[in-house]
Amino acid sequence: MTNVSRNLPALLLLTDGRFPAGGHAHSGGFEAAAENEGTRTLATMEQFLLGRLHTVGLVAAAFAAAACEVALRSMDGRFAAGGAETGADTEGGNLHELLSPLDAEFNARTPSPVLRTVSRRLGRQLVRAGRRIWPNSSLEQLASVPSQGLHQPVAFGAVAAAAGQPPECVAIAAAQESIAGPATASVRLLGLDPFDVNAALARLAPEVSRVAAEAAACARFPLADLPSRGGYLLDISAEVHATWEVRLFAS
Amino acid sequence: MREASSEGANTLLATPDHIHQDEQAPLVRRAEHALRIGIGGPVGSGKTALVAALCRTLGNELQLAVVTNDIYTTEDADFLLRNGVISTERVTAVETGACPHTAIRDDISTNLEAIEELEEKLTPLDLILVESGGDNLTATFSRGLVHRQIFVLDVAGGDKVPRKGGPGVSTSDLLVINKTDLASYVHADLAVMDRDAKAKRKDLPILFTSLTDDPTAASVAEWVREMLIDHAR
Repeated sequence: MTNVSRNLPALLLLTDGRFPAGGHAHSGGFEAAAENEGTRTLATMEQFLLGRLHTVGLVAAAFAAAACEVALRSMDGRFAAGGAETGADTEGGNLHELLSPLDAEFNARTPSPVLRTVSRRLGRQLVRAGRRIWPNSSLEQLASVPSQGLHQPVAFGAVAAAAGQPPECVAIAAAQESIAGPATASVRLLGLDPFDVNAALARLAPEVSRVAAEAAACARFPLADLPSRGGYLLDISAEVHATWEVRLFAS
Repeated sequence: MREASSEGANTLLATPDHIHQDEQAPLVRRAEHALRIGIGGPVGSGKTALVAALCRTLGNELQLAVVTNDIYTTEDADFLLRNGVISTERVTAVETGACPHTAIRDDISTNLEAIEELEEKLTPLDLILVESGGDNLTATFSRGLVHRQIFVLDVAGGDKVPRKGGPGVSTSDLLVINKTDLASYVHADLAVMDRDAKAKRKDLPILFTSLTDDPTAASVAEWVREMLIDHAR
């Protein structure tokens, strides 16, 4: 059995839409786009997903893969071959300190204050779930950190490392997550046919793989060279969306 | 462009000003932590009115806070604030992405954030009421989120509802059947509701209330006091 297939069940668990880390209450900007930009049909929704994948999806995947790389190295001392804990706490130091520069780089790529707060909240919720599901002393170090926690993609990389995932798989998971959440939101929000929406996700699968490969290739880059593509409208509309009196999704 | 809301309840889009340490242990009964009571039930059965009544009746004797889970907006939280039964810093509105039952049962992480922040900000709290947005008869709270749960039905929803059962009717720690003052107008037979509910619930308690006739919800408040004594043991 290869490492990937041995670790696949944990990856499926982590990427399940029902994973209890708060994602279900967020639309990834889709609610704002549907209301303000008229993104209300299957075709425009698919274009929205593609745009998201190529911008924030790529960035999230690259940061998740890079964070996974760092976390795996820090956990390595205790995780011998096969993922069994040896108890020897030799490597790396405090995981939060190791991830802080990465977190600061991601912060710099997130101009919207609302999205910064949302991302840190979701990062905290992910660590909250992850440390109960895959207990790990390095993850414990992320439970109480300054500035209200790590950004979601950074936390995702760390939790995925605790779940035994390699950076390439983490990049795929993060890229897929960047479109799966908004796609689910479109079903709840507009009543789009769920078969059509999932068919759109399936059509985008090759593109998810390509973006994830590009992201994973960056995982060992100097931090400043990590991708910094952004969707300007996602940041701007998130600020406006947060002031709506009536909204179905938190962001 | 929608109209911006200038005031209203706190949501989790604000950043707390302290370093937050989340709880690691599964929810256990610990006297130094507040008792958490979930309040669920169908739309319009009187959940928010019951929360308001409990705030009014227990607010002077207890340190309490409220978390609301609306389907959309912060309407329930705003109702409590408008009625002046509780102050702004004691209420947090959790946004549920149109699925309150997910937020109180399947993915409780956002509610745990809200509860722990209230406990840190207002320590020591005695009681936290977690209100669900109006949902269906199968919506119940996770045992990882609350210690006890109240399910609220109303007479106007029809006297057949207790017979339909579901986990809320059958397993909640307290079943409240509200709006008894409307029974004669909607041809609801309270005896039938009582008999059917008892059949579903065995020995679990049932209270009939009319928050119009008794805005203090005295009987429910008394049940809450008993639960607090039990929690402190």
